[in-house]
Amino acid sequence: MNPAENMLPAGKGGFWIDTGKTGIASWIFSTDHKRIGLLYFWSVFGFFLVGVLLGLLIRIELMAPGRTIMGPQTYNALFTVHGVVMVFLFIIPGFQGSFGNLVMPIQIGSRDVAFPRLNLFSWWLYIAGAAIILTSLFTGGGPPDTGWTFYLPFSERTGTNVSLAVFGVFIVGFSSILTGVNFVTTIHRLRAEGMTWGRLPLFVWSLYATAWVQILATPILGITLVLIIAERLLGTGLFDPARGGDPLMYQHLFWIYSHPAVYIMILPAMGVVTEIIPVFSRKPIFGYRMIAFSSLAIAAAGSLVWGHHMFTSGMSDTAILVFSFLTFVVAIPSAIKVFNWVSTLYRGSISLEAPMLFALSFILLFSIGGLTGLILGAAATDIHVHDTHFVVGHFHYVIFGGSGFAFFGAMHYWLPKFYGRRYAEKPAILGWGLMFVGFNILYFTMMVLGMEGMPRRYYDYLPEFARLNFVSTMGSWILAVGLAILLVNLFRGLRSGEPVGNNPWGGATLEWSIPTPPPTENFAKEPVVTHGPYDFRGAGIP
Amino acid sequence: MNTTTHVIGYRTLTAVWLGLMALTALTVWVSRHSLGIGHVWGSLAIAALKGGLVIAFFMHMRYEGRLLRGLLFVTLVTLACFIGLTFFDVLYR
Amino acid sequence: MSQPTHKDYAGAKLGMWLFLFTELLLFGGLFLLYAVYLSRYPHEFAAAGREMHLVFGTVNTVILITSSLLVAMAVTAVKRDDHRLAFVLVGGTVVCAAFFLVDKYLEWGTEIGRGIYPGSPRLVAGPAGESVFYSLYYLTTGLHGLHVLIGGILLAVVAVRVGRGSIHAGDYIWLENGALYWHLVDLVWIFIFPLYYLVL
Repeated sequence: MNPAENMLPAGKGGFWIDTGKTGIASWIFSTDHKRIGLLYFWSVFGFFLVGVLLGLLIRIELMAPGRTIMGPQTYNALFTVHGVVMVFLFIIPGFQGSFGNLVMPIQIGSRDVAFPRLNLFSWWLYIAGAAIILTSLFTGGGPPDTGWTFYLPFSERTGTNVSLAVFGVFIVGFSSILTGVNFVTTIHRLRAEGMTWGRLPLFVWSLYATAWVQILATPILGITLVLIIAERLLGTGLFDPARGGDPLMYQHLFWIYSHPAVYIMILPAMGVVTEIIPVFSRKPIFGYRMIAFSSLAIAAAGSLVWGHHMFTSGMSDTAILVFSFLTFVVAIPSAIKVFNWVSTLYRGSISLEAPMLFALSFILLFSIGGLTGLILGAAATDIHVHDTHFVVGHFHYVIFGGSGFAFFGAMHYWLPKFYGRRYAEKPAILGWGLMFVGFNILYFTMMVLGMEGMPRRYYDYLPEFARLNFVSTMGSWILAVGLAILLVNLFRGLRSGEPVGNNPWGGATLEWSIPTPPPTENFAKEPVVTHGPYDFRGAGIP
Repeated sequence: MNTTTHVIGYRTLTAVWLGLMALTALTVWVSRHSLGIGHVWGSLAIAALKGGLVIAFFMHMRYEGRLLRGLLFVTLVTLACFIGLTFFDVLYR
Repeated sequence: MSQPTHKDYAGAKLGMWLFLFTELLLFGGLFLLYAVYLSRYPHEFAAAGREMHLVFGTVNTVILITSSLLVAMAVTAVKRDDHRLAFVLVGGTVVCAAFFLVDKYLEWGTEIGRGIYPGSPRLVAGPAGESVFYSLYYLTTGLHGLHVLIGGILLAVVAVRVGRGSIHAGDYIWLENGALYWHLVDLVWIFIFPLYYLVL
């Protein structure tokens, strides 16, 4: 046995060893979608942990009025970097890059994505962009203090290192575009024989809709970021009222991307939940067509509602009316999904294992996030709570309670397949429970605080907000403890837990029909698909 | 999408080029002779016509399957929506 | 390692088109700004547009349309297995790209010589709408010029590969996708030309 093999955890097989290559180069230059998927997973997850740490620090600062552990400038930098890291480095590339890459090609019965080398290039671009963003924190005028939205005119005038950070985000955006191009082409061209559009797993449908948002919306972010840099370096004055520019046009351009971007974050999460629920209910999905359609509908309608971020900005009343109406339209396909998930659960033989618990809490937390979104989507109520902690709470319910919990669900559902070993069930459930409780204490109090009028992004606050802020910070610690238990258990399990078979959960999608861990070529011979993704009987699963 | 390839003859391509040149001359001429803001739309219409020729012949769209055409259509509609919805703000502020 | 064993021609073309869509949207953001500011400053835009040098713009239009023809003919030539002609045509396209950039350089030089550039004293003192017009002009043509440069380099690589014979009637996706990219550069210019040079 050579030393390289010793470094591998026992029980590895499949793509871990069958190329005969080990060492770092066999990973960072690999074009295998599974290796790239794991590269993405570990990189985005690393940034997630950084973001969590920053978030905890923000909560400690807000635990009591006045200065607690840091000064105002540090605080401004902290919430900016927390936002940039979580949005651009974790959750936007997260699902597509990691689980999209790991699972999607197998689910459609393909050996790899359409452009494997482009796929690797996307990861490299992501890493390069992330490195540039990290560099911007420690060079020039220090970390940006604009908030992750980079609003002009402040982002033009601040002395902090905005230009470099924005350039890093531009590179990450380019990576996202290339992943979108790759995935749309893959899903059009590389489906196995018999894998019709009507037999596509719903996770793949959600990735398809997401990839289109990446293709059509991300370039607008690209040009917007270029404009910020031009504004700072060349003094183009396009958003400077003194020179005929209009700062609101920046907000339009920014949100034309950044609202659809929340659908890049949430659509794949919905796809994950749609995979988990039927498997753990032992029932075919209810309303396959409507769920597939609603993914596309959310992507389409969600691209036309950006103005609801600007109700108090001085935008025209006509625009407020139009954007408010369109925002309510998005609720329809979202509700279609929720109703179909609940209908799938109805009279199912439900087993409450870790992935299922995350999927179920997704439904609850996403519904709270979605319904509070309607409060923000209606202009009359939005003007009251705009830019308060209510928005912070709402957003985290959707993106952390929704996408984040689905991400953990996906980790528990799919990672054992690729590592060949699984976690222990009881600590996972304990971790989930603590996270769920801590999460609600943390963010629900934020919504209450917002209703009472506490603004977001403020360093200090009035004494009457002190008690709930303290409660919220306690919630963040409970959440952190739960997260630690969950992750230690999961990663220890993947290293040295019990081996898992090919189909531990009894799923009917193609990834469960091949060996664990999957071989590099995925399928020994090209599969011919004869049954739907949730046709458990057709797949021969008892 | 079929993979059979269609070869466009040199003569067709040259005819398209002549058409593009003629339209360029026309758009310059129009800008010098017609006054008022209305000619922005006129120039854009000519530009759209030229763009259509480039897409249809130089870029072979005329000979592609329904898929590519449909996707191009979706893209252009999306861009039009982005611009159009922004004008709900700009025109009524 | 998992190298694709078959070439998916239609897939490669689909991927290229998807990428071109993203380019359209990238320029779309600038056209969006143009539309908004034109509706706000119609007179200032007209006055600034009148100051532009129509000759530079028209020459570049002719260069780009002609280069587009050349590269389209190159695709036909390769499909008909006429290598020499294809090489000459792609080479001609690259030469056109160079001419375009020279023309652009002369034009920008002239404008800057007249004191027209973002943040220049002349523009700061002038009407607000004109400064917006010229800032957009520099950004849009600058971004387009960058695409001409990238496209030119891409086609130079393609020309070399045609010369070496690694692009031939059996495998010409590099040429076809390079040509598609070049047509997009042309397509964007077709809209830039009337908006910046002919708006009066």
